[in-house]
Amino acid sequence: MITLQVNNQEYEVDVEPDTPLLWVLRDTLGLQGTKYGCGIGQCGACTVLIDGEAVKSCVRPVSLVAGKAITTIEGIPLDHPVKQAWITGNVPQCGYCQPGQVMAAVGLLQKIPRPGDEDIDKAMAGNICRCGTYQRIRRAIHAASAMKEGEKR
Amino acid sequence: MTGLEENSSLPGPGPDLIIGTDFPHTGPEGDRAAFAPNAFIRIAADNTVTFIIPKSEMGQGVYTSLPMLIAEELGCDWNSIRVVASPVGKEYYHTWRPMMNTGGSTSVRSEWERLSFAGAAAREMLIAAAAKTWKVAPSTCHAGEGRIIHISGKSLSFGELAPLAAGMEIPETVSLKRPGTGNFLGKTVLSLDAPTKVSGTARYGIDVRLPGMLTAVIERPPVFGAKVTAFDAEKAGSVPGVRAVVQVPSGIAVVADGFAQAQKARKLLKVTWDEGTGKDLSTSLMREEYRNLASRPGTVARNEGDPGGAFASAERTIEADYEVPYLAHACMEPLNATAAIHDGLCDVWVGSQSQTRDRDFAAAITGIPSGKVRVHTLFLGGGFGRRANPAADFTSMAAEVARAISQPVRVIWTREDDMKGGYYRPFWYDRLRASLDGKNRLTGWRHTIVGQSIFAGIPAAAVMVKDGIDITSVEGASDHPYDIPNILVDLHTTTNPVPVQWWRSVGHSHTAFVVESFLDEVAHAAGKDPLVFRRELLKGMTRHLGVVDLAASKAGWGTPLPPGRSRGIALAESFGSFVAQVAEVSVDPAGKVRVHRVVCAIDCGRYVNPDTIAAQMEGGIVFGLSAALHGEITIKDGRVEQSNFNTYPVLRMNEMPEVEVHIVQSTEAPGGVGEPGVPPIAPAVCNAIFSLTGKRIRRLPIRPEELKQAPAGTGQGKRP
Repeated sequence: MITLQVNNQEYEVDVEPDTPLLWVLRDTLGLQGTKYGCGIGQCGACTVLIDGEAVKSCVRPVSLVAGKAITTIEGIPLDHPVKQAWITGNVPQCGYCQPGQVMAAVGLLQKIPRPGDEDIDKAMAGNICRCGTYQRIRRAIHAASAMKEGEKR
Repeated sequence: MTGLEENSSLPGPGPDLIIGTDFPHTGPEGDRAAFAPNAFIRIAADNTVTFIIPKSEMGQGVYTSLPMLIAEELGCDWNSIRVVASPVGKEYYHTWRPMMNTGGSTSVRSEWERLSFAGAAAREMLIAAAAKTWKVAPSTCHAGEGRIIHISGKSLSFGELAPLAAGMEIPETVSLKRPGTGNFLGKTVLSLDAPTKVSGTARYGIDVRLPGMLTAVIERPPVFGAKVTAFDAEKAGSVPGVRAVVQVPSGIAVVADGFAQAQKARKLLKVTWDEGTGKDLSTSLMREEYRNLASRPGTVARNEGDPGGAFASAERTIEADYEVPYLAHACMEPLNATAAIHDGLCDVWVGSQSQTRDRDFAAAITGIPSGKVRVHTLFLGGGFGRRANPAADFTSMAAEVARAISQPVRVIWTREDDMKGGYYRPFWYDRLRASLDGKNRLTGWRHTIVGQSIFAGIPAAAVMVKDGIDITSVEGASDHPYDIPNILVDLHTTTNPVPVQWWRSVGHSHTAFVVESFLDEVAHAAGKDPLVFRRELLKGMTRHLGVVDLAASKAGWGTPLPPGRSRGIALAESFGSFVAQVAEVSVDPAGKVRVHRVVCAIDCGRYVNPDTIAAQMEGGIVFGLSAALHGEITIKDGRVEQSNFNTYPVLRMNEMPEVEVHIVQSTEAPGGVGEPGVPPIAPAVCNAIFSLTGKRIRRLPIRPEELKQAPAGTGQGKRP
């Protein structure tokens, strides 16, 4: 049994220790917002936060994240500035990569509240979108950053 | 909030209602709609308006644009709309094709009339119900914000009127609103499905979970056409969670409780293959074969004037060979489908662009009559044509395994299965020749095309292959708009075991690159600005000229750029729309191309949602740029050399140019928008590279090593 902390909830899972976290989330816990895209950490569809850090869950064995704080797309409320900026910026097309994009953006803004374009390039280059929503993602990150700043005031 | 649900929760017509459709799945009793005027609209007593959408949502925005068409006429409250995927049924077939199908950039074009009239008919029935209630003339009532409003100011909600409206006669004729008088068409509307997509609650094919469902991966032929001769499943079968290892027509299926166990076991599988002749296949040999064919006359697709005479009397001729590679669609959601055989039925859950084909292949494989096969459409994590496979390959695999193990099963392809197994955009080789007279006028054009047909051997060939010419092999090449007096376009159709298929923009992804690049070569050879040269050859082609001029002016064609940058322009007409793009590029000392800005002008006639058009242009440009800068599938010793996004790179955030989209205001018939953004980008970028460096890119993808020796700013080309 491995104990996982996902979205502030504790789960006991009976899985092989080398099972990628992605498939524990999807197949064992039924948290299917986190997506499978490549299985080798190249596309970012499976991005989650582990102790606040954006991580590709398809290449992270579940045994290595026991006890750590795991946040998935389901753990980010719909009124979070990033999700709101995504909706008002009409970002998603097919939408499949967007949970991973949102998680990468949330991770970025936690580290760098007012990111510049180069910060965005660096933080988001690991997340592929085949529909081509990059320009809207960039704008939405700037918008979410402005919203967060607004909240603080 | 708007709910996007699969069709199992579809509310059916009320018990006393005969009109409407007989749905295979009616929702719970309490969810039944009071008013079901046609196959596309349900209105419940609680004012919920449900639109049943016969097109698959794959990012092109049909779950917003098609509801807008209905809502424009119906006058409903936008916030009360629910969208559900339609089941399979004749009433949901493509209005142009005898099948259910989402493709060819046709959704808005082909549904505009049908859905507008569906909305208008429902509106008239609601008005009739209100008029009857109030004992007033229907002409004194109108619909808006989900209510029928009388001129006196009194009103009733759609939900209140629904039971009575159900008893009204379906009008035989209805009139549509005058363009510009409704609340939706032509205005930016935010996507109905965006909240579920950013929440992670949108359900794609890969998210299907059924009681007792198992997950399978399939070990597939290492080379095209290989057959299993033996397999050893002992080690694979001993992996915890593995339930079965079975041979199916597609390969060896490893079935387990979850994907991770199935994939782990698959790696321990030992399979011996008879590789047949597929092992001899290689793209380098294919290139030689194609190049030889390009020297010989092919099947004539267009022959006008006297091309032989034009070349014989030419002052100068220009000749060049072009080449584009096989390309993978690489949809973000790996291909998958789920099948369950039970009670004499076969249920299939799939993100598909072609549900009738899924139904028919599942029926043939399971032996269950097609009338008992139910296809449930989910969100598609990208389509780009791949999910309209001519053999319904992903659904077929699920049906094969479900049949073999007699349990509900979800078959998931790994990224590698998709990348190595096809289908692909064909590899093409082209030879082009142009003749110029003494005054540098373009007098003759010869274009020989060599490559595989995507329609050969499938039922649609009856429509798409004429006199030995697959229309999609030559589209954009045999019918380009340029006024050249003598033209010969011919085609060699090759055959080999590499599976090929339509890939976003189909033939145009190849022909626009070749035609627009070579035309640019001719312009430079004639000593003319590429924009001026194109304009001279487009006399009277007002829509082509319209987008060329709009893109050029918005891009500042001819105005100075920072040192080391240059512009290129290209034009393509496809799927009923006209698109011109101007790309602004630089090349670094290592030969790496950077696209800084793309200005895109589109004329797609009348349109529904301008933001959808902008999004589709942005997306088409990214898709085309991925191919131009990175995309290439190659084969060596029968094996596809690429396997995943590390060896088949696509455009990422750090390479994204600034894209601006300008839409021509038009009253022409609507054109497509899903695909037309793709074709012009590769030639626009390569034309800019020539202008900057003097180096002509004739083979995609663009190879930095070819540009390495060309420091920025030393080009021989004229800088526009």
